[in-house]
Amino acid sequence: MSLTISKAGLLDTLQDLGRAGYRHLGINPTGAMDQYSLQVANFLVGNDRDEACLELFFPAATLSFEEDALIAITGADMGATMSGENLPVNKPIWIRKGSLLHFDHLKEGYCSYLAVRGGFDIPAWLSSRSTHLRAGAGGWEGRALKKGDQIKFRKTILCPVDWNKNHHHTLPFGAAPLREALPSDMVFALRGPEWNELDDQSKDHLSSNSFTITVPSDRMGFRLRGEYPLARKTDRELVSSAVDFGTIQLLPNGQMVVLLADHQTTGGYPRIAQVIKAHHHRLVQKRPGEQIRLKWVEYEESVRSCISQEQNLRHLQIACILKLEEHCTHEPFRNQRISKPDH
Amino acid sequence: MYPNLSFTIYPLSEQAIVIDFGQGTSLSIHQLVLRCYDHLRTDALPVKHEWVPAYSSITLYFDLFALAQQTGDPQPFAFLDKYIREKLSALPTVLPQEHRVHSIPVCYDPALAPDLEACVQRSGLSLDELIQLHIAIEYQVCFLGFLPGFAYMAEVDERIAFPRKQQPADRVHAGSVGIAGRQTGIYPIASPGGWQVIGRTPLHLFDPEKEIPVLFQPGDRVRFYSINHYEFDHFEGGTA
Repeated sequence: MSLTISKAGLLDTLQDLGRAGYRHLGINPTGAMDQYSLQVANFLVGNDRDEACLELFFPAATLSFEEDALIAITGADMGATMSGENLPVNKPIWIRKGSLLHFDHLKEGYCSYLAVRGGFDIPAWLSSRSTHLRAGAGGWEGRALKKGDQIKFRKTILCPVDWNKNHHHTLPFGAAPLREALPSDMVFALRGPEWNELDDQSKDHLSSNSFTITVPSDRMGFRLRGEYPLARKTDRELVSSAVDFGTIQLLPNGQMVVLLADHQTTGGYPRIAQVIKAHHHRLVQKRPGEQIRLKWVEYEESVRSCISQEQNLRHLQIACILKLEEHCTHEPFRNQRISKPDH
Repeated sequence: MYPNLSFTIYPLSEQAIVIDFGQGTSLSIHQLVLRCYDHLRTDALPVKHEWVPAYSSITLYFDLFALAQQTGDPQPFAFLDKYIREKLSALPTVLPQEHRVHSIPVCYDPALAPDLEACVQRSGLSLDELIQLHIAIEYQVCFLGFLPGFAYMAEVDERIAFPRKQQPADRVHAGSVGIAGRQTGIYPIASPGGWQVIGRTPLHLFDPEKEIPVLFQPGDRVRFYSINHYEFDHFEGGTA
């Protein structure tokens, strides 16, 4: 009932939707970078939405399956292969025990999620299984996965008995990739609380130009570099205040940082913009070297997009439960309904 | 109604709204924020949420979808704005003066505190005078941030209100006691950091095995007392 890291990747951690409720103690929620894709991965294998998944960055770990599993890979397409055959993203896949899963090349995106039906058997820390790298707690021993780590599954799942393929079998349904009718570099944002501290030229620059994601960029945040630095009309120092996933701060050097999953709970830099929640998945699937540009939306629209994205997820969850029941009729699968649809 | 309670409310994101009490940095503003925080925490909001104080603001993080469902309002900002204003209009003018007070041992020794000698020089005080000024005050834990369990405490005596370092240190040892302007704080875990480190506590301020893994909470009070290097090395019961 486990998989083993047979070769370590760049930064592979266990993540879920994060640990809310502890910000007042300085403990940020962390959790998955792309929470949308994490939930899709869970739904595709019939898990609850907040089950912990493997979050992978390229080059990603090589995984050895010691038991049968039903998995799904979502988010970035890292060219998953098994026995020389390509595995798709956004579909549930049966994996036979004894199989080796490689990620060969990064086709698109930045981070991938791998869910196993039933979830990984790791203890929760403060009600979450996400890895808090800074605190060295949660997830798998509070750290990124290393070669030799053997992660148990919480449930025994057996492949269909009448299946005579060797290693893997993809089920004939999936989640349509989320493609808004937008240029791929466009990300919707709200003007931030300190937007009006920018001078007019900087407002124009931020509103009409592209910005490059530069190193160092990581789970804490993406650095954004424009053609020239942005400037404020004031140089007053701000009192530290709250920030959130997607907050774009103006650094003293005139460049920006957009805060991501491992951001601190408070910050003292001007918050000049806020990437809308429904576009977090678009943002975090960009990688260093790529560009983004912002398009301003009003608050009401961002709330509508957020709610509509959540409704789509709920529809997907129900569809996946029905499809899994239709396509997986063997014992003991039938008796193991794991996910409870959210109402 | 509490006199002179003035604030603005604005959304930070779809799942967070800020109650902003302005850019004041005085201890009295911080204490007012803490009183509002204590009062807001007695709320009856019908969805998962958390209140998070900072020096002069409080942020409410909430589950947008659940709130829209519960209130039947697809744009729940107005609901929250009204809720917060009504709640704060009933802020009691007199609060029970109950708070936890922590006594924190600190070894003020240059061997453990890389910035101590420079701070002594800069202040024109003797080492002992500097220590006395640091331990004389009962500090207010205004809020936590930066690191798990890192408490921003006010208000440091002006004579030892050393500014942040120009160049942050790559690694500040866990337990380091620092000063930045009129605030003091302790690094619960090792981290890069820019505060002037003047001492170190043998206490472990972060323990993930504990149900509440950090020592301080907003609103707590903290007193420091001086221990020598021998006492530091032989301190019993490392967890506070």
